[in-house]
Amino acid sequence: MTADKVVFTVDGIEIEAAAGQTIIQACDAAGVYIPRLCYHPDLEPAGHCRLCTCKIDGRRSSACTMPAAPGMVVESNTPELNSDRRTLIEMLFVEGNHFCPSCEKSGDCELQALGYRLEMAAPTLPYLWPKRELDATHPDIFIDRNRCVLCSRCIRASRTVDGKSVFGFEGRGIHMRLNVDAKSLDDTAIAAADKAVHVCPVGCIVIKRTGYRTPYGSRRFDQEPIGSDIEAKRAPRKG
Amino acid sequence: MMASDTGETAMATTKPNSSAVTSEIAAVVDAVVKEFGADRNRLMDVVQAVQQRLGQISDAAVHAVAAGLSIHAVEVEDMVSFYAFLNREPKGRFHIRLSKTPLSLMKGAAEVAQAFAAAAGTKIGGTSPDAEFTVEWTNDIGMADQEPAALINGTVVTALTPADAPAIVAALRQSQAQNTLPLFPGFGAQGAALPQARVEPNLLQAGPIVFRQGRRGDGVRAALAISPESVIQQMTKAKLRGRGGAGFPTGLKWKLCRHSISEAHHVVCNADEGEPGTFKDRVLLTEIPDVVFDGMSIAGYALGARHGLVYLRGEYAYLWNSLQAVLQNRRRLGLLGSNVCGREGFDFDIRIQLGAGAYVCGEESALIESLEGKRGAPRDRPPFPTERGYLQQPTAIDNVETFACVTRIMEQSPDWFAGYGTRESTGAKLLSVSGDCPHPGVYEVPFGITVNELLDLVGVSDAAFVQVGGSSGQCVAPKDFGRRIAFEDLSTGGSVMVFGPGRDVLDVARQFTEFFVEESCGWCTPCRVGTTLLQKSIEKILGNRGTLADIAALEALANTVTRMSRCGLGQTAANPILTTMRNFPQAYEARLQPEPFLPRVTLREALGEAVAIAGREPAAEEGMA
Repeated sequence: MTADKVVFTVDGIEIEAAAGQTIIQACDAAGVYIPRLCYHPDLEPAGHCRLCTCKIDGRRSSACTMPAAPGMVVESNTPELNSDRRTLIEMLFVEGNHFCPSCEKSGDCELQALGYRLEMAAPTLPYLWPKRELDATHPDIFIDRNRCVLCSRCIRASRTVDGKSVFGFEGRGIHMRLNVDAKSLDDTAIAAADKAVHVCPVGCIVIKRTGYRTPYGSRRFDQEPIGSDIEAKRAPRKG
Repeated sequence: MMASDTGETAMATTKPNSSAVTSEIAAVVDAVVKEFGADRNRLMDVVQAVQQRLGQISDAAVHAVAAGLSIHAVEVEDMVSFYAFLNREPKGRFHIRLSKTPLSLMKGAAEVAQAFAAAAGTKIGGTSPDAEFTVEWTNDIGMADQEPAALINGTVVTALTPADAPAIVAALRQSQAQNTLPLFPGFGAQGAALPQARVEPNLLQAGPIVFRQGRRGDGVRAALAISPESVIQQMTKAKLRGRGGAGFPTGLKWKLCRHSISEAHHVVCNADEGEPGTFKDRVLLTEIPDVVFDGMSIAGYALGARHGLVYLRGEYAYLWNSLQAVLQNRRRLGLLGSNVCGREGFDFDIRIQLGAGAYVCGEESALIESLEGKRGAPRDRPPFPTERGYLQQPTAIDNVETFACVTRIMEQSPDWFAGYGTRESTGAKLLSVSGDCPHPGVYEVPFGITVNELLDLVGVSDAAFVQVGGSSGQCVAPKDFGRRIAFEDLSTGGSVMVFGPGRDVLDVARQFTEFFVEESCGWCTPCRVGTTLLQKSIEKILGNRGTLADIAALEALANTVTRMSRCGLGQTAANPILTTMRNFPQAYEARLQPEPFLPRVTLREALGEAVAIAGREPAAEEGMA
């Protein structure tokens, strides 16, 4: 162990982190998957979804924002945490209007895939049935806020990667919504090649005329559960 | 229609109707932006000043502000849309905001609100056709001891009755006040005909610590006589803990802040007294503001900070002028500014930042975001504010009352201070007592007082339950009135609400839950969605539609919201439900239905809209009940 290395454990597995890495970064590199939705490896963490909440030395904190420290004892894959995570996913399902069978993102949607991975059968919470707006004004990009989970990935990507600040929040609490930097999307500086368009975990921001290029059944999470790519880095599966 | 939709509709329809209007807006915004040095961190001041002068923050104003500060319009909207007191839409010349809390409703606020709406010629939540009045509800305004209370363009009126409304409305109508919106301070005087603030001080028991007699500046001079490190040691020796409710050791906080290396350090006074039922900071800032400012100066010396900031909740805007006068006087006396108290090289001054109606800004990291002109969304920690706070520099944030204690510790001694209270909770505590109580007001009592002793002191003999610690605190049953008010037992930032016989404990829990729905910042899933789901669930039980299965589901949901939320707001938002479940199970049981499951709504309710549209009842079929 060198001075710029940090060693800690997650569910008893020893993880080596580079100095300055967060827990989720170190775990991703080591092949230990912690469920997450708002976190994206190319963006600053924002701590919205709380799915990556772990017990860190006995206290709950989000793995995406917590820097790894020597000797930390992290619990992640426990029945209690996974049950709370499943409730969070349920909350996001009932907060918006998510109709997986008719959604062009089905099979490629991180919310849907997390529902499967965390074994959510059907929401047990009451649907809120909000009225949400669509924005189809842009020639190449479509926004369907029915599916927005307020993860701020697009906001962060547009600001820090694209340098455009096309997106922002509006309002607060349960009335918070995704806002754009103009009356409608076609009046903004956005372009289909922008990072902001490609980081949406759900079917809220989609590129027009591409939704069904890959048929249902052949998409990312149709093949294997979300997180499998990370877990593949650790132990090659037997058999 | 949901609020989110109205925002969109309005954006599409309100266009600047003439170039003259647009250029007037541009000129006003331009002047305001210049006044605040085109500093993006001063966005809160900028938009408040714009609203003060133009009556609202219109689309044109948003764009002008964005251009003036070299940011995007979406960033201005992001911030403005967060705060309850910032208006994107035009409001009446007089904006009447009535305090809606369990206590105000107990004292007749619903009837008062109706009377104001009727006199003003509008409905609650609306603006009169002549654009003279807007009548709305707002959350607790820090006047729990004199409800029903209201803010009228920022001026506080208290102890209202329905009979007061016509006279007040008539006086306002005749007033020449041209400033159309909350008379946020610093921009012109109010019309003389406006009702004057009638806030009773209500300091009913001055104790031996905070409200002892002292001489302005003595605490500062005592601090300057020793080293900054020694000042911090004195706080540790006194075992002073933060008075806002969390009880973090002040000495440790200051030590961590002082040891963070940075170009500058900041001292912030948290005067965002938003916890329902609390008003002791109002009394401190009214009665002994110098003692609070002395404490901030002492902190400035101890931390090596030159800048002090008071974050004053928007509801207390009426204190602005008097506090500014106190600060000005302190500058004149050499207690602020360069070489404070003649100490070469110790420069310290204080600025007041006014908030704009957001409970969450009492959370220290949300407060910092708000100070920086952003929406009041809390930050993830670490880093803690003592390391990276205001402007990413080390910041010590302490409650108003904590700073008053700091001054007293320096004036007297740590041992003297620690001689009061309990081992874990030294000193005295200011309690704001309100509700079914003959003498509501502020009482300074030693830590460790039992609920029973407190009730005796305030003259209550028949309390059915007592809410200690505000909406985020605990609902205490008579069997627990022997418990002590102290950090190690019943912790409170100062709110004690007394409820007498006949009050419905479940309905109070529902109202507190609704408060959290309105005040959740929305940043994280468990709090944003969870508070609304908690509200729906307790409404179902109160509506006699709940079963045993609902109780189990509600408890599980409440625990998830508590465990998974990002900040203290969400982590305590389920307390009204969890503590009433624990202490008043019979109140829930009494409303439960015997069925294994009942749907949230009846078939009749579900079909109500369709029946109204069709104009007839549905044809009855077999099995439809």
